[in-house]
Amino acid sequence: MAILQVEHICKSFGNTEVLKDISFSLEQGQVLSIIGSSGSGKTTLLRCLNFLEKPDGGVIRVKGETLFDAKDPATLKESAIRRKRLHFGLVFQSFNLFPQYTAVENVMLAKQLLAKEQPDYQSRKDEILREIKEQAETLLHQMGLSDRMSNYPHQLSGGQCQRVAIARALALQPDILCFDEPTSALDPELTGEVLRVMQKLADQNTTMVIVTHEMAFARDVSHQVIFMDDGRILEQGPPQQVLGNPREERTRQFLSRFTEEP
Amino acid sequence: MQLFMEQLPIVIHSLNVGFFQTLKLFFVTLIGAIPLGLLISFGTMSRFKPLSWLMKLIVWVIRGTPLMIQLLIIYFFPGLVFGVPIWGGGESGRFLAASVSFILNYACYFSEIYRGGIQSVPVGQDEAGLVLGMTKSQIFFKVKLLQMIKRIVPPMSNEIITLVKDTSLARIVALQELIWAGQAFMKGSHGISGAIWPMFFTAFYYLIWNGIVTVLLGRLEKKLDYFQ
Repeated sequence: MAILQVEHICKSFGNTEVLKDISFSLEQGQVLSIIGSSGSGKTTLLRCLNFLEKPDGGVIRVKGETLFDAKDPATLKESAIRRKRLHFGLVFQSFNLFPQYTAVENVMLAKQLLAKEQPDYQSRKDEILREIKEQAETLLHQMGLSDRMSNYPHQLSGGQCQRVAIARALALQPDILCFDEPTSALDPELTGEVLRVMQKLADQNTTMVIVTHEMAFARDVSHQVIFMDDGRILEQGPPQQVLGNPREERTRQFLSRFTEEP
Repeated sequence: MQLFMEQLPIVIHSLNVGFFQTLKLFFVTLIGAIPLGLLISFGTMSRFKPLSWLMKLIVWVIRGTPLMIQLLIIYFFPGLVFGVPIWGGGESGRFLAASVSFILNYACYFSEIYRGGIQSVPVGQDEAGLVLGMTKSQIFFKVKLLQMIKRIVPPMSNEIITLVKDTSLARIVALQELIWAGQAFMKGSHGISGAIWPMFFTAFYYLIWNGIVTVLLGRLEKKLDYFQ
């Protein structure tokens, strides 16, 4: 069974329909890339998955559990949504690191706060906090940031910040890791180091949903590509098909802008 | 010159007593207005409209009228209109009334500074906290508060320096603060009258205290320089 099932998601802002009947599913350990021009609804879709926006209609299921159903008010409660968010991780285009914390503190913070809700927190406090620290250091090490753990975000390059942000999202061990144009704020050199980290995560069978403009990367890393246009999924399939041999004229037109570049 | 040397200790002692009252009012105002301002700023930003309107109305009235009028009304109104002088007589009653007026007045100014500080923290900080499963209060206290404090130190410094000097307004309800103490020697006190120089001395008290306040707040600002 698919780890993520999205059915008939709709979302409007005022009179503008941003998402029109979006449905797709994703298997465990696979990578889904979402491409499309600005304003096509990619980011809004990702924000709906992370409950930063509330869809007007549709269903979101993870591992068969219904996290969101617009028709079922019980799934819409604010208090329940906080726990449901933990199924998803989200890496932002603008990193959104916490500036007053070091890299390793950024990775640890949420987990430390969640640990306080464990029933055995008081009795095992030191042990739990040590585990959290070790895990954070391991993650930053995997991101190639062993020598940057005690740096504050403003002392890091954009690429390093984004890798800290990826480690921060991974620390909570989400079922599905989402990326919202993770390299759009980076120059080409820094883009490469972030994409390499993401490639490594894909190799480790991390389930990911990636909104991106990096077509070559999407082709290499994805199992599935969705092309969105004007709030709809226009084309969907394996990367060779959608990126290599698109059926729709609109997809071809969109992709031509990337191949024209020298 | 000999006369001046005789009068100097008497004047200094008197000014010290007045300055002590000034300092008391200064600290009581800060201790009361800093947290009250936060509550008012939450009120003005509340999504519950009646509360937000009420708080905005209060802030408008308090900021829109002179502190001196507020002092007079708060001190005299209960006694003159209802015949209930709730503040009690004497210096302690005057101090209480002055404290309430100053706390209310400064809390309203602080609340607007806080609001600016809170709203200037990028919305991405909220969103990052939310997707990491934090509660709204965790996001406020663990993520946004320090960023907000860093942003509001300069405008708060301005208000706090103004407060040092504004305490002299409490003289209008005859609180025996620094200006009151200096002015007494013009009218006649401790056998000294018609002396203007004690008033000049009071200015030095304000100047030196504001110097200390400026240095301390500058240090706080530096301390928060470790992040951007």
